Amino acid sequence: MKKQLTAALALLILAPQAAHAHRAWLLPSSTILSGDTAYVTVDAAVSNELFYFNHNPMKLDGLTISQPDGAKIEAENASTGKYRSTFDVPLKADGTYRLALVSDGLTASYKVNGERKRWRGKPEDLAKDIPQGAEELKVTHAQRRIETFVTRGKPSELKVSGAGLEAEMVTHPNDLISGEEASFKLLLDGKAAANVKVEVVPGGGRYRDKVGDFAVTTDADGAFKIKFPEPGMYYIEASVEDDKPGFKEAKQRRATFGATLEVMPE
Amino acid sequence: MRVLLTIGATTLLTGPVLGASMEIKVEIPKLDVAEYHRPYVAMWIERPDRTVAANLSVWYDQANKKDKGEKWLKDVRQWWRRTGRELTLPADGLSGATRPVGIHEIKFEPGHPAIAALQPGEYELIVEAAREVGGRELVRIPFKWPADKDVAGAAAGKEELGAVSLTVKP
Repeated sequence: MKKQLTAALALLILAPQAAHAHRAWLLPSSTILSGDTAYVTVDAAVSNELFYFNHNPMKLDGLTISQPDGAKIEAENASTGKYRSTFDVPLKADGTYRLALVSDGLTASYKVNGERKRWRGKPEDLAKDIPQGAEELKVTHAQRRIETFVTRGKPSELKVSGAGLEAEMVTHPNDLISGEEASFKLLLDGKAAANVKVEVVPGGGRYRDKVGDFAVTTDADGAFKIKFPEPGMYYIEASVEDDKPGFKEAKQRRATFGATLEVMPE
Repeated sequence: MRVLLTIGATTLLTGPVLGASMEIKVEIPKLDVAEYHRPYVAMWIERPDRTVAANLSVWYDQANKKDKGEKWLKDVRQWWRRTGRELTLPADGLSGATRPVGIHEIKFEPGHPAIAALQPGEYELIVEAAREVGGRELVRIPFKWPADKDVAGAAAGKEELGAVSLTVKP
């Protein structure tokens, strides 16, 4: 009985996490391109089912586009609609472009008159936004990186940022073939993130009875391997929590990583 | 320079294959479709470990005004991944215009740059075709290089390619 109670309590504590099941994603029109006039257009949305924009748009505030030499470029024609944001990226050079939505801020949960409230924002706004007398205030440093990759011509090397949770692409993300094992390394602040579960979710779920998702776990070096069963678009995601927040207002940190990967037939 | 050096070194070990040549015939089939565009076709030679030993030809819509037809090169999917994306096109002796329905014969005479560096061994000829608003198909013909007499190999596509044949001549 006691065991069951403990399990129930554990579930309750995890519940707020489960509420984050909506996935934030980027979906490029192509990932492998040729020719000097190459362009991609990209959808950015938040939804349960991949990759259908039917819930909320992703805000493009934290959009960072890195061209093959690492320099940042601006998106063109960015707009946010009811269910999705969209933007264009001209691929003026050969090599791999990293498209990333990066956010780094605070989230808070608290109670006012017994009612649970949630807040998200910048550290400097915390004091003025949270009402005096808020109870059970819990402030978390939230780091999130949502990525995808597109390549014109020959793929080029990708560098890691060293901040938050991210995947080092051991196998190039625009060189993924169904049935072949692809290697990655999960890093937290540039260091191996060991024993973390990485979820792999195939797109196109609307036309299947089963989601078709599966999970792999990183080893002591943060390494993980994925054998994508079919060609198509996939989403991989991972999340870690620790007590090393980057802001003094927070007592813990939650770092999440998500990436959209296209897997080709041979 | 590095490529030249490598060729030089391997030549010392095994000796060049002088005098050998190959002939390839590729049939582009007539298709009963509402919208027809000539296919992009690429052919290359692979070693048993799937690495590329020689790049033979790529036919694409070079005359396309907008982007010299390069936008769709990646649709010749396997060629693009194995070797196409490494190339600078157009390339002399390699790239050419798309070809009409019919049988096309391509000869690689002794000393042709595409085959001059081919070391003796087992290989596969690969011919891949991709068509705008159409499909993609790839055929493989295994062969031994060089041959001591005329040796012919053949394969046939089902959709985008017709009969494909290879003759290796001593």
